[in-house]
Amino acid sequence: MNKDIFVIVEQRAGHIQKVSYELIGEATKLAADLGEKVVAVLLGSNIASQAQALINYGAAKVLVVDNPVLEHYTTEPYAKAIYYIIKKFSPNIVLYGASSIGRDVAPRVAGRVHTGLTADCTGLAIDPETKLLMMTRPAFGGNIMATIVCRNYRPQMATVRPGVMAMPVKTISNKGEIINVDAGLSMADMNVEIMEVVESEQKVVDITEAKILVSGGRGVGGAEGYEPLRELAEELGGEVSSSRIGVDSGWIEKSRQVGQTGKTVRPNLYIACGISGAIQHLAGMEDSEFIIAINKDETCPMMKLADLGIVGDLKKIVPKLTKAIDVYRAAQKEL
Amino acid sequence: MDFKLDKVHQLQQQLFRTFAETEIKPLAKDMDETEKYDLNLLKKLQKYGFLGIPYAKEYGGCGSDTLAYTLCMEEVSKIDASTGITISVHTSLACSCLNNFGTEEQKQKFLRPLVDGSKIGCFGLTEPGAGSDVQGAQTVAVEDGDDYVITGSKIFTTNSGFADTIILFALTDRTVPAAKGLTAFIVDRNMPGVEVGDNIQRMGIRAASNCIVSYDNVRVPKSRILGQLNKGFKIAMGALDCGRIGIAAQSVGIAQGALNEAIKYAKERKQFGKKIVAFQNTQFNIADLQTKIDAARLMTWRAAIAEDNHERFSPLAAMAKLFASDVANQVTRYAVQMMGGYGYCREYPVERMMRDAKITEIYEGTSEVMKIVIAGSMKLK
Amino acid sequence: MKIVVCIKQVPDTAEVKLDPKTNTLIRDGVPSIINHDDKAGLETALRIREEKGGTVTVVCMGPPQADVALREALAMGADEAYLLSAREFGGSDTYATATIIAAALKKIGFDLVITGRQAIDGDTAQVGPQIAEQLGVPQVTYAESVKVDGDSVIVKRQFEDRAHVLRVKLPCLITALTELAEPRYMNVGGIVDAYAKQVKIIDFESLRNSLNPDWIGIKGSPTNVVQSFTKQAKAAGTVMKDLTADQAVAAIMDKLIARHLI
Repeated sequence: MNKDIFVIVEQRAGHIQKVSYELIGEATKLAADLGEKVVAVLLGSNIASQAQALINYGAAKVLVVDNPVLEHYTTEPYAKAIYYIIKKFSPNIVLYGASSIGRDVAPRVAGRVHTGLTADCTGLAIDPETKLLMMTRPAFGGNIMATIVCRNYRPQMATVRPGVMAMPVKTISNKGEIINVDAGLSMADMNVEIMEVVESEQKVVDITEAKILVSGGRGVGGAEGYEPLRELAEELGGEVSSSRIGVDSGWIEKSRQVGQTGKTVRPNLYIACGISGAIQHLAGMEDSEFIIAINKDETCPMMKLADLGIVGDLKKIVPKLTKAIDVYRAAQKEL
Repeated sequence: MDFKLDKVHQLQQQLFRTFAETEIKPLAKDMDETEKYDLNLLKKLQKYGFLGIPYAKEYGGCGSDTLAYTLCMEEVSKIDASTGITISVHTSLACSCLNNFGTEEQKQKFLRPLVDGSKIGCFGLTEPGAGSDVQGAQTVAVEDGDDYVITGSKIFTTNSGFADTIILFALTDRTVPAAKGLTAFIVDRNMPGVEVGDNIQRMGIRAASNCIVSYDNVRVPKSRILGQLNKGFKIAMGALDCGRIGIAAQSVGIAQGALNEAIKYAKERKQFGKKIVAFQNTQFNIADLQTKIDAARLMTWRAAIAEDNHERFSPLAAMAKLFASDVANQVTRYAVQMMGGYGYCREYPVERMMRDAKITEIYEGTSEVMKIVIAGSMKLK
Repeated sequence: MKIVVCIKQVPDTAEVKLDPKTNTLIRDGVPSIINHDDKAGLETALRIREEKGGTVTVVCMGPPQADVALREALAMGADEAYLLSAREFGGSDTYATATIIAAALKKIGFDLVITGRQAIDGDTAQVGPQIAEQLGVPQVTYAESVKVDGDSVIVKRQFEDRAHVLRVKLPCLITALTELAEPRYMNVGGIVDAYAKQVKIIDFESLRNSLNPDWIGIKGSPTNVVQSFTKQAKAAGTVMKDLTADQAVAAIMDKLIARHLI
């Protein structure tokens, strides 16, 4: 009988990644619906000391595989360890972060175990009748959502998109069991040789990580038109992004492009300045939590999508808005 | 009778379209403004086989056909007519002469580098005093031992700014009418005495290279005579027949490109409370013009397929060019008119297309010459 | 060296639109393309062949219409092409798809397998690693550069915050990022040659001995789609017009403050 929800914890250079806590939080809800427990699986080298943190966020038990071969992520030792855990403990559900690590190891494990795996989920739920895990994920660049189940194979496995599930509350007084597991690993399990570890050479701006995006389109009119947007973004602690036209016209770098051929973003605030909102652009930002559109054309699609649409001239409004926020912040400090 | 392209031609059309959209489109406006063809783009055309489409693999060509060549001409001309004429002069005029009249040795030596794309060809026929009427030709070639020595001047030599090989027509017998005393020579651009002048400033196809080329005692070995002595007129006319299919396809491309731009605009632009595409007048005009473009395209394909089948295609090519060039002018004029002030602005491509369209009624035989060819084929007299 | 590139034919999602009435995907008339990551993988394979020699084989699983994707790959310069197509293969999830492709790859033979990281329609990124698992060879996913060095491949493997330079012995499987290589166009003459060649068909019969019928197709797929839907349109927002710039700023400030965004 397969039982309990296992979360494969992701750590990089010994730091547990936020997505792992998010998964523990989500697993806690699912476990309640099933009457099962949340088990965190912590893999790494000299990592055991971090197990308590996982308990603090809600894991009832932590299985630790601590081995020098796990110092840097490579596929085979991690896959072998997870496979060992699955075979030994027979979990009902196994969750991974849908990062470039989770999406590398999870399919490898699914192949070895012979079970189903659903990629990059944005929603998880337990079907009240069948008790199956309902895994919901976007496809076609987010145009369509599909709910997927794994009926006949166990464990049910999913990779889950980082940043989607809520962070659970940390409770330092939590108690839980920490078990060291010997998965039979050795350095010989490495079938690739790490020649070099390249830490991010320069700080590449990742607009997908930004909580606030100030985005410009055709209406900004040119490269210099992004300057007031940049000032606003800086004031808000966000980043500047762009629709395709700005990138194609050479006004701004490609890494800041939002949309089908750019990046998919879901910031807390998306300010669309002079972006009419072609479907390809909307596909990349429609999940933003709060959308403000500033545009001269009140009939454009972005106005329809926006939570707040301002019909007007962005060249006048944006600089004044930057100033207003600055004044407001200064006033707050004085209080 | 099947009016659908087969799979090979469909995939080729997709290639031409994608290439034109991604590689040519970003450069077209700037090349027009600066009146300079982008030589990196030319290299890419060479690399992907755009410069040897209807020629046999044994000479380094693509082993494809005239129909594929017309598809290429249409797709690139939809975006940029200057690229169209650059390909066309090289392919239809320079390469076709060598392919149809060259000896095996000449083909290996001169055709191969042209169709494999390592060299560019051009065609020297028109002179300042001899346009539609070849009788005014004054460039002469005088025999001197094993060579001919050529002196004279040619105007409107497309591609001459960067071409390596010139198919040059010169009089070798001045005692007879030009049509009987003209000989074709294969001349290298870097031969002593060949001088390429400045680019001629024109109304349209401004990115194409088009210069006066003068020949001052250029010594050309007899081995470089193409075809027979004094039989050059036939070679020139044969090349122009091929060329007209290309120009017809170019015209179809310009027309379709302009109509596509106009439709895109009509779907966005609002006047009197609705999108202008919603007006029946707009719809009727678009329907009318699309019908004409389709007719022009089918006429062009008919001529191309006739050439591929080794049938007589000269009047078919003339009809296609006569009709398609007129359609190109009608459609581009309409596109500018429908887009109003914006159509007239250089920000949008339709004003360039309108300027480019005019030449299709003039070069490689004017519309009037086309009528002479068509009427001639009808045995009216 | 025999390089096998797995490609998928996908709808050009940049062209996919929603039917405003039914809220379903309009796929009619949407052009099919070779998936971007896969095409970068194919380009890489062609470059390796140009530098080191060998052959490039392309493999595509799909309906008979996927033939054109293979012709395109041939026209770019691939040496031979296989279409994996059978009624029994239909409805396969990633596990079942990988099972079929792995069986075909064993039959075809390979030194290096390159797949795209993920397809733009399914976005799973699972088939590559699952093929590698079933072939029992090492995998390196998220490749941003690939270099063959003797009997191994040196791959720069991208993570979100870092990269690893890995050396892996052949045979192995690599999944390519779009950034790995800017794909060349087809060659005009290459298209003529592509249609003169034969696309070899691998159907269920030809894999019968190596394929468990219970592990493929819709019945053999561990996962099943129970429901698909388009996202709910959210409640309409407020549109304000005819404001002065100051009024507009005030309206925005109200919202930013109310939602604790500043």
